[in-house]
Amino acid sequence: MKIRMIAKLAAGAALIAMTAGAAKAAEQVEVLHWWTSGGEAAALNVLKENLQKQGVAWKDMPVAGGAGSAAMTALRARVTAGDPPTAVQLLGFDLRDWAQMGVAANLDDLAKKEGWDKVIPAALQNFSKFDGHWIAAPVNIHSTNWLWINKAALDKAGGKAPTNLAELITMLDAFKGQGLTALAHGGVPWQDGTLWEAVVLSTGGPDFYKKAVLDLDPAALSGDTMKKVFDTMSKLRTYFDPNFSGREWNLSTALVIEGKAGAQEMGDWSKGEWLRANKKPGTDFVCIRFPGTQGSVLFNADQFMMFDVGGDAEKAQLKMASAVEDPAFQIAFNTVKGSVPARTDVSNEKFDDCGKKGMADLAEASSKGTLMGSLAHGYAQPAAIKEAMLDVITQHLNGQLTTEAALKRLPEAVKAAK
Amino acid sequence: MTTIEPVPVVVPQRQGRSFADGLRNALPKIVLAPSFAVILLFVYGFILWTVYLSFTTSRILPVYKWGGFDAYYRLWSQPNWYVAMQNLAIFGVLYIGICIALGLAIAILMDQRIRAEGVLRPIFLYPMALSFVVTGTAWKWFLNPGLGLENTMHNLGWTSFKFDWLVNPKMAIYTVVIAGVWQASGFVMAMFLAGLRGIDGEIIKAAQIDGASSVSIYRRIIIPLLRPVFLSAFIVLAHMAIKSYDLVIALTGGGPGNATELPSTFMYSYTFTRNQMNVGSASAVMMLMGITAIIVPYLYSELRERKQ
Repeated sequence: MKIRMIAKLAAGAALIAMTAGAAKAAEQVEVLHWWTSGGEAAALNVLKENLQKQGVAWKDMPVAGGAGSAAMTALRARVTAGDPPTAVQLLGFDLRDWAQMGVAANLDDLAKKEGWDKVIPAALQNFSKFDGHWIAAPVNIHSTNWLWINKAALDKAGGKAPTNLAELITMLDAFKGQGLTALAHGGVPWQDGTLWEAVVLSTGGPDFYKKAVLDLDPAALSGDTMKKVFDTMSKLRTYFDPNFSGREWNLSTALVIEGKAGAQEMGDWSKGEWLRANKKPGTDFVCIRFPGTQGSVLFNADQFMMFDVGGDAEKAQLKMASAVEDPAFQIAFNTVKGSVPARTDVSNEKFDDCGKKGMADLAEASSKGTLMGSLAHGYAQPAAIKEAMLDVITQHLNGQLTTEAALKRLPEAVKAAK
Repeated sequence: MTTIEPVPVVVPQRQGRSFADGLRNALPKIVLAPSFAVILLFVYGFILWTVYLSFTTSRILPVYKWGGFDAYYRLWSQPNWYVAMQNLAIFGVLYIGICIALGLAIAILMDQRIRAEGVLRPIFLYPMALSFVVTGTAWKWFLNPGLGLENTMHNLGWTSFKFDWLVNPKMAIYTVVIAGVWQASGFVMAMFLAGLRGIDGEIIKAAQIDGASSVSIYRRIIIPLLRPVFLSAFIVLAHMAIKSYDLVIALTGGGPGNATELPSTFMYSYTFTRNQMNVGSASAVMMLMGITAIIVPYLYSELRERKQ
């Protein structure tokens, strides 16, 4: 009797121990990201469910705020403490900065098995690889040189979308004549930079963009073409409304959606705002490349950088990296987010017209070598140089610097930040 | 148990060194030790760490490679840093000056034995109970030309009214002064009011008997007697001005452009978003030196007075 009870107890204890052990051994990934808005969170859920089916638990670590700068502060603390998360949403040169610290995982085997080298654009691979080794799984490709136009306002202004800067000015004048805010813009440094880089690309073409923004050639940064760029910025400034300072990008998009403003230069994430307002591309709004930049794409891609976590956690990490590059996830995520897939072999069937155009433009630019990193979003220069250039751009746009002073200051600022 | 007789005042030498007495003597030290250790580490320890970081080549993460004065050269070659220093000068002088002037004026008026003082005092003091973020956000809406004052005046029919300081790079720093003064002048008033209430009424009566007008009583007697309050108000306001960060972030976000950059916003952006941690640390050290330059003479004069 007594012995039997002891045996039962022992069996029970063993059972508990076993289940506890199993729970502990279950694979888990901890993901640091700032996709907290409704649509983004829903898109991320697709990835979460896919991993759960494979028995990998998802530990969410969302840090909202400051377009990721709050998340970076959290990441610094975790890495300094020697306990990095499994995967972290990162952009551009930040990937390199972290990889230089020697904290990146190596995804080479997986990338080889799944053939990432062939399907991910080379310009993007420059950032997903460090020292020739894969360290990150790119999620999407955004591009920044878009112009979003309210269709009703455009129809009143003649109905023809502008294809160069002169036509853009004509259209903006027509919008002004309709009593609208011609160009909706938010006066925040990164938005000023987004507009500026589109103007650089339009004024000087892709070769000039490469020379000035990617190679930081001092002559290009202070030459005649750059003078034209700054003059165009001053001109565009006259089409803003007086309340543009410090306005969030989505509020500017809302002005265009409501028909209070005519157009907005912004990355393709602003399409999400249109779709949420139940507007349709082609009938309610028109998406074109920023006038004069058709054929080139300035990109900004979200990537999950994998940190060196070692041991058991690595298996889960590789499963996650593989799931990110799964075409089904790429489609599900990017149709919601407004971006296009990070791999070029995905079917465009489920995407709307703007998405299809984005994918076609990306493939074209990638093959022509005109797929270039966006300055304002950290894919052209490291943070220190990027911010130094944005300082000059934003001060010029706000009238703190004259065009002459900006031309002098720009190469100086770049030099000082190097 | 034996009853204990009241202990005589003179305790034998041996018993005075007993464990209980030793404990009693050591108790304040034991209780204070943890907080002392915590402050030593987390305040002074990290000050030293920041100073050390400013001499390293740290960019994205702290590294301990010696970089000499490089970060300081970089700091003082940044146009942004000069903008920040200039803004701090404008903000600091106006904020401290106006707060003290306004606080003193309100305190003197409140001191005239007016009715309903008990109602008015908390009304003036209340802004201090708000956080700077709330103050900044509220003033941002109020000063926004499209939402606040200007728009309201336009809707009322006064269409030529213009008040666009918030979005005007030349004037934006003054909106920070306005919001800061609104928040802190009530607190300064309370300090002056306490000072005024502490002045001996006999002196004033004597002056009145001598035929002094109330203006000269204030000018010659009361205000000079308030000297310590001026000093305290200055110290409190000066350190608030140097460290003010949340107000600017909430009100203007440092903009338009970088027209309202302050040393604190400069420090944050260089350390945490621009990956130049050594330059950020150097600017923090400069701020610390600024505060030290104010606090040390104050402590010195306080301690000297106490000795006398």
